Amino acid sequence: MPTATLATYSDWTYGAAVAIYFFAAVLYLCEAAFARPVKARELEFVAAGGTQADGTWTPGRVTKPEVSRAERLGGMGAALTVLGAALQLGSLVLRGLATERAPWGNMYEYGSLLTLAAVVTWLVLSRMFPVRRLGGFVLVPIVILMFLGGTVLYADAAPVQPALQSYWLVVHVSVISVSSGVLLVPGVASVLYLLKSSGRARFRKLPDSDVLDRLAYRSTVFAFPLFTIGIICGAIWAEAAWGRFWGWDPKETVAFVSWVVYAAYLHARATAGWRGRPAAWINSLGFVLTVFNLFFINLVTTGLHSYAGVGSP
Amino acid sequence: MRAVLAFLRNTWRGLTAMRTALTLLFLLALGAMPGALLPQRSLNPRSVDEYIADNGWWGRFLDDLQFYDVYASIWFSSIYVLLFVSLVGCLLPRTWEYFKQMRAKPVLTPRNLARMPHHATAETTASPQAVIEHAERRLKGWRKVTAEEEDGVRTISAERGYLRETGNLVFHFSLLGLLIAFALGKMLGYEGQVIVQANGGQFCNSGVYNYDTFRPGLRVDGTQLNQFCVRVDDFDAAYLHSGQAESFRADIQYQSGADLETGTWRPYPLEVNSPLRTAGDRVYLLGHGYTPLFTVTFPNGQTRTGTTQWRPVNEVTLASEGATKFDPPDVPDAEQRRKSQLAITGLLAPTAVFRGELLDSGFPAANDPAVAIDVYRGDLGTDSGRGQSIFSIDQKMVADGKLAKVARENLRQGEQLTLDDGTVIRFDGVRDWVSLQVSHDPTQVWVLLFSVLVILGLGVSLSIKRRRVWVRAAPGGDGRTVVEVGGLARTDQAGYGEEFTSVSRDLLAHEEES
Ligand code: HEM
Repeated sequence: MPTATLATYSDWTYGAAVAIYFFAAVLYLCEAAFARPVKARELEFVAAGGTQADGTWTPGRVTKPEVSRAERLGGMGAALTVLGAALQLGSLVLRGLATERAPWGNMYEYGSLLTLAAVVTWLVLSRMFPVRRLGGFVLVPIVILMFLGGTVLYADAAPVQPALQSYWLVVHVSVISVSSGVLLVPGVASVLYLLKSSGRARFRKLPDSDVLDRLAYRSTVFAFPLFTIGIICGAIWAEAAWGRFWGWDPKETVAFVSWVVYAAYLHARATAGWRGRPAAWINSLGFVLTVFNLFFINLVTTGLHSYAGVGSP
Repeated sequence: MRAVLAFLRNTWRGLTAMRTALTLLFLLALGAMPGALLPQRSLNPRSVDEYIADNGWWGRFLDDLQFYDVYASIWFSSIYVLLFVSLVGCLLPRTWEYFKQMRAKPVLTPRNLARMPHHATAETTASPQAVIEHAERRLKGWRKVTAEEEDGVRTISAERGYLRETGNLVFHFSLLGLLIAFALGKMLGYEGQVIVQANGGQFCNSGVYNYDTFRPGLRVDGTQLNQFCVRVDDFDAAYLHSGQAESFRADIQYQSGADLETGTWRPYPLEVNSPLRTAGDRVYLLGHGYTPLFTVTFPNGQTRTGTTQWRPVNEVTLASEGATKFDPPDVPDAEQRRKSQLAITGLLAPTAVFRGELLDSGFPAANDPAVAIDVYRGDLGTDSGRGQSIFSIDQKMVADGKLAKVARENLRQGEQLTLDDGTVIRFDGVRDWVSLQVSHDPTQVWVLLFSVLVILGLGVSLSIKRRRVWVRAAPGGDGRTVVEVGGLARTDQAGYGEEFTSVSRDLLAHEEES
């Protein structure tokens, strides 16, 4: 198949994925709006399949949860999300085939990889934790990011410039995008935690703040070492491409700052007086910085990392 | 005296408290931020000057506060030095604690296991002795102690996940190591840039004066550079139709070490992403541009060829500017010579596009080179004592009327123009130049080593949980045994639930069969 056709199919599947995520988000939000506020304990029981979250094992107890209409909507939302993720993966693969390189060479492409990582993380976590109805809150930012990526930041399928022709592109950019995508989930969870723990009645339908806290922690603990690896791979690459492994280029600086913020989050969670809301604030800040690094540093400042491919001739 | 000691002790305690470390981490993050938002001298001194000029007192104020040299500023250094001290103060007692812990026994089984975050209980017909033996087998790989309490009660206390602390210490110590290696590299390293003509031009790393720009580390005086030479034979670039570069390659030869004596040259294809590593230094291909070739035939029949590089002003089309300067031949009298120096300045387009008379470049490759030049004659000011740029003429000489424009023409390759005095200037085409960077950093392998350890330590300390299990088997009434299991994760409860469930299930369920 000619590469131009592959690139077109890639664009179509991308668009389809955005549309499907959008509908999935609507379904999830309906579930969140119409479901009765369930006690977290009860939810966890169902999710853990016969074992309570605190580990108390009580033999012979069987529950048969009744599936409400709202839950059915949520189930449909989850199914659509899986479909959307499959399409988005297809879109990336087609891009890769069309350009004959790793499909993360410009901002549109790594935005897509990032959001795909976030969606997959979400799908995995919503099986581990009783939080499916929050899917809408995760998918809405993803739909917005993907929409911006597909319109404002869109770049035609093309080879990348010499500085990017390295196997480090494959390693560094994929690791950084995937870890940033994973970090979107704890970011959302932490914001929800802050809402929930504010104690306002409006947010009473959200899951227990304890569940949100653990969700955020688990996903951050997975993503942080990955992010560290990504930064170090970046440094190794910079040594080969730019003549030094670290030079306080704006992108490097903001990566360093978000790294320090996530390290502070992990410390805060182990420090008396900083657990709970302060830690959640720190995690939210970490994600704000990640998005800032993606958009502001790529589009507004000029540095060595200006490979976004946006508005190039 | 005592007051001083108390003050010191309190300061030390305050500094090494986790709260302080957290605050310092935040300050570090906050302090690093301006470096991403404001122009920095180390990256782009010109945009710093522009920024200061554009922002008046505010710009100068930021300069006084070292906001354009964030990473060398006093305040940023203070933050990381304090963090460093705090980290050391935190690590020393922890390391001490760690070695004590290596041999320590798990703590005794608490009285009331029901109060533990994880707890399960069951009854069995097996004896307490059998229950404990079974538990010992199940808890293989855990560090355990068994104990007997009064009334025939037997307990086992088990703990595992000691590797977490190992990982944590490796992580933090590697962070220290990384910081030290980084700082040493900044002191012992150097970095220099040089432009070399790509038709056999040579560069030798024999002294600072061979560089166009040179940035030494604090402990480098430039007298002991690593010896090697590089010769650039050819340069190749490929572009897409859009003008985007697809590949750059400079075919170079180099010699270092024994080769310098024997005069042996070794070939190397120098490309972006694949620097030449030799003699402990690295040589990078940073950029390229064009040198216009002008042949000047003076009225007396003598010819001179100018081969000065011009610099790109448009990174995409490689439209370039510069000034090629000539001394008239056979004019021994300085006064006389000064009146008849020549300079050719203007715009060079590797692929000419004319909009009327206006020349611009349409493509970065040298497909159809042309120049739009102004020719000046007179005193170039080379003896004036003022620093001269190789890319432009001294406008002061023009303003003083000592240097006058005598022609303005567009020339394509091979075309020529004749001045009023009969001097002929021919544009012969272009030649490539490359800009090379030489970098020296003796500690960067250490930085890499510590980075890898940082990752390993981090992975271990975040994936392993320090956790405890206790079993208490107490003889109940009618010959049965009451078995209680309690569990506690010492660092974070998240995720211990599943493992505890499976352990306690094995510990309890198995009893029923025996
Ligand atoms: C740039 C500096 C630092 C970074 C990036 C960093 C990173 C980390 C990380 C990722 C953890 C694991 C957290 C967890 O177990 O959940 C950790 C644990 C820890 N760090 Fe640091 N650290 C830094 C500086 C410090 C300093 C200065 C101190 C002491 C004053 C310190 C003390 C600790 C302690 C006590 C723990 C164990 C917390 C626990 O798991 O119980 N760290 N650090």
